[in-house]
Amino acid sequence: MNMDDFRFTEEHEWVYMEDGVAVMGISDYACEELGDIVFVELPEVGDAVQQKDAIGTIEAVKTVADLFSPVSGEVVEVNGDIVDDPGLIKESPFEEGWFLKIKAEDGSELDDMLDFKQYKEFIGK
Amino acid sequence: MSRTIFEKGASGKSGDYIHENDCPVDQEKLVIQRNTPMNLPRIGEQGVIRHFCELASRNYHIDKGIYPLGSCTMKYNPVVHEEIAGRGEFGGLHPEQDPADVQGALELMYNLQESLCEICGMDAFSLQPAAGAHGELTGMMIARAYFQDRGEERRTVLVPDSAHGTNPASVAICGFTPETIKSDSRGMIDPDLLREKVNGQTAVLMLTLPNTLGLFEKDLKEIIEIVHQAGALIYMDGANMNALMGIVRPGEAGVDIMHVNLHKTFSTPHGGGGPGSGPIGVLGHLADYLPVPRPVRKGQSYDLDFESEKSIGKIHSYYGNFNVFIKAYAYILRLGAEGLREVSENAVINANYLMNLVKKNFTVKYPGPCMHEFVASSDPLREYGVKTLDVAKRLLDLGVHAPTVYFPLIVSEALMIEPVETEKKETLDQFASLLERVATEAAEDPQVLKDAPVNTPVRRLDEVRAARNPDFRWSPDGNPAEES
Amino acid sequence: MSYVQNTDRDRKMMLDSIGVSSLDDLLEPVPEQFRVRGDLELPGGISESEVVDRFDQIASANRPASSMASFLGGGIYDRIIPAAVRFILSRNEFYTSYTPYQAEVSQGTLQAIYEYQSMICGLTGMEVANASLYDGATALAESILMACSVKRKNRVLLPSSLPGRIKSVLKSYSAGRGIELEYLPFTEEGTIDTGVLKKSLGPEVAGVVMAQPNYFGVVEDAEEISSLVGGSKSLLIAYVEPVSLALLTPPGEYGADIAVGEGQSLGLPQNFGGPLIGFIAAKEKYVRKCPGRLISSTVDVDGRRGYVMTLQTREQHIRREKATSNICTNEGLCALAAAVYLSTLGEEGFREVALQSASKCRTLFDMLTEIPGFKPVFSGDFFQEFVLDLPVKVSDFMEGCRRRGLLPGIPLGNDFPGLGDSALLVSVTERRKREELELYRELAEELGGGR
Repeated sequence: MNMDDFRFTEEHEWVYMEDGVAVMGISDYACEELGDIVFVELPEVGDAVQQKDAIGTIEAVKTVADLFSPVSGEVVEVNGDIVDDPGLIKESPFEEGWFLKIKAEDGSELDDMLDFKQYKEFIGK
Repeated sequence: MSRTIFEKGASGKSGDYIHENDCPVDQEKLVIQRNTPMNLPRIGEQGVIRHFCELASRNYHIDKGIYPLGSCTMKYNPVVHEEIAGRGEFGGLHPEQDPADVQGALELMYNLQESLCEICGMDAFSLQPAAGAHGELTGMMIARAYFQDRGEERRTVLVPDSAHGTNPASVAICGFTPETIKSDSRGMIDPDLLREKVNGQTAVLMLTLPNTLGLFEKDLKEIIEIVHQAGALIYMDGANMNALMGIVRPGEAGVDIMHVNLHKTFSTPHGGGGPGSGPIGVLGHLADYLPVPRPVRKGQSYDLDFESEKSIGKIHSYYGNFNVFIKAYAYILRLGAEGLREVSENAVINANYLMNLVKKNFTVKYPGPCMHEFVASSDPLREYGVKTLDVAKRLLDLGVHAPTVYFPLIVSEALMIEPVETEKKETLDQFASLLERVATEAAEDPQVLKDAPVNTPVRRLDEVRAARNPDFRWSPDGNPAEES
Repeated sequence: MSYVQNTDRDRKMMLDSIGVSSLDDLLEPVPEQFRVRGDLELPGGISESEVVDRFDQIASANRPASSMASFLGGGIYDRIIPAAVRFILSRNEFYTSYTPYQAEVSQGTLQAIYEYQSMICGLTGMEVANASLYDGATALAESILMACSVKRKNRVLLPSSLPGRIKSVLKSYSAGRGIELEYLPFTEEGTIDTGVLKKSLGPEVAGVVMAQPNYFGVVEDAEEISSLVGGSKSLLIAYVEPVSLALLTPPGEYGADIAVGEGQSLGLPQNFGGPLIGFIAAKEKYVRKCPGRLISSTVDVDGRRGYVMTLQTREQHIRREKATSNICTNEGLCALAAAVYLSTLGEEGFREVALQSASKCRTLFDMLTEIPGFKPVFSGDFFQEFVLDLPVKVSDFMEGCRRRGLLPGIPLGNDFPGLGDSALLVSVTERRKREELELYRELAEELGGGR
């Protein structure tokens, strides 16, 4: 895992590109803020998504956050492991806790996002 | 150890609660299909009484001590009300009886409506909503019907960010879109911001008065003018009416629609989560939209009026929570005008007195006189790694109930405290000293707070487990969470 | 009198401590122009004994159904309630507590509701039940919102045999969301016309409501309806009468997705129609769309079993406008009543309630339909009520009976003009005795005979 490949949104989601496919998840900071995640609702494989659309939800015991699509494209894979065991997200936010793989229409959507350093500044760390 | 009733043996007898069947029928003439058990307990009457009395001992309640839940108005529930409301002449009434046989019930409902009109300065009340949120929903339905009637397409309802969650939820069920208004640095609605937000799309401004910070909107007059000038309506969430009886009549101030909570302001018990009652009041121009049927007086007798072309229809199977009306009406009769004013005055004095004591150890972000409640914050304890949740749990250990926590959302580490008028000065002194003790402990031994509660029937419960792997029912083939 | 305990001296000390000289200083934020001048015009300000006297008067102007031979039902029933129910409900630990926000000091309420949920699941054969809704009508309304939310569709099919008061509630609740309610006709048996149902089903239908038994007392062919609905991918909502569940196939067994109903039969007095209790139960896969409170068992930090409110992210205080419902205060104490009622009667006692209701209903049906001119309106099998066609005007018949201390039923003319003005819904519960049934026969012969 090379954090230099990661881009971040202001909604605390991360994304990196792998052969035209955007892999996404949420940051360790987001996990901390939410508390123990108890449930995630994800789109289905084959769903067409638009950048910045709310496409799912992340629930903790007493908070709920929308999941936004970082890119436009088609969902090609969802991480069933985090649906079965949402605790995995917090244990491994940048690796095993990934959420979705989206076949991106336009890789340049990542260009405006924060890099790791900028994101750390954004969250004040 | 508290086993469920299902685990307390299955050999008890059912007992003869029902007389012997004096109309036996050949079972083939009946429809009998079921051949699977219902899994009901079988532990006999004494077993049942012991079980539920054991459960009772695991509850905090208002007769035990102060219950300072903000916005919940946990006041003393006069015991005579239970006696009156338990009478067979009330409990035994079927809702579809001939009006001639239910004159007392209709008179009571009519008089309660009239009393609420007088207290709130509204022109008409319906008692049908079964709870506060149900009243809000009814109010939104009335607003929708009103604008529909006028041929106006208004889609948005403005809701301050300090509002109860029921407000936006009620708005959404009605097909309106809630739009949040940020509170200003005083914790109130800023008329200038409101002016920017209000437009031809605005149907309603939903206002909690006093608001959830316990503050009376200073610019109320201007706020109402802005909204009315735009042709929109003012809805008042009357959950906090305990601060205003005999002091302010919302209808006179220009509120178009409001609900009250009989289970808060008018002393009817909350029952561990209902039954409540949330009557809805309106000014004259909206009276035709109220739910039907409406109890009416015709000369010396009373009747139910089902006719109203413009009515939103029904929102409850019958007339609302009648048994609750009995208690609220008994309360109003007992207290009268003077007594009700005394309630609100003392609610305000008690809240200000307690706020002044609590201020020593906790922040009060919006100081100045409050109405019937105030919001403190545990922010000063953060440096010891202590959160509001820990403060609340420690209070349970010390034998009192905690305030409402983490609400309103606009105050960090919020402790929303409503002492109510029926608590006396010494009780408030004791409660304040407990809060002071907790603050001291936070500085000296924060672990005590983090470990709390230890004196309660159970200690902190695993809510993560309950949310990830919920267990909603006992079943013979799978036990609930096992004890170690 | 206001139950205020502070003395004038206390108040003076408190104002001093706050640092103001009078109450008026505290009310300073309330603009002068809004202040009430003088006293409100209200009766009262009287002693406790005068209040009791006043209620003696009010009570004496009522003649409760429970003191007569009542055959009124239609959702609210005059039943036998074991004394244990009122005894437990009058415990202040239960009735003077709030919603269980602090779980550690609310285990009594929480466990009781968990047990109530379990019993509702037991009766309905469903996987999950909530902590209660206001009443049967709003529970049905909520179940329709839930089905539309699950299916993301806005059309629902319902039996036109539902009473007008429930249809009115459904209309109020569904109008804002743009939900389309389509009512299906009933047959000569009094059941849903399954031919029409078949034609009305389609991909745009979110759910189908059936009532079991229906408002006419008639038992529907649940299996048939369920297989039609199931094949269409719509959700099946069963509106059920809880006592009937002791004898009829539970909705969980015929494949209902949601089961709702009015729970007044489970230990609540008639109370002029409130408080009631709406129950809702569903397949567990739909639980995140379920309205209202849900209680789950869990463990505390020491591993002891305990109970909490759970899946709160569905609810208004967290999800606000996106919540599954706006409900907050529900009918907690009524849920406790239901749990105590069902526990006291137990499996056999509760079945006996259903059996006696059904047998007495059948007995009365046989008695009345033997009288010339008194005819059953529907031919379908029934549970504890039936619709009777009278040879005389319903209002005259009712008045004649009422004078003799018998309430013969609910007239259906208003809600169902098609049935004419001589149709009466007659309900019979276990509380009725043979002599009351015989009085009904006598009155029917007397008031309806020879005309």
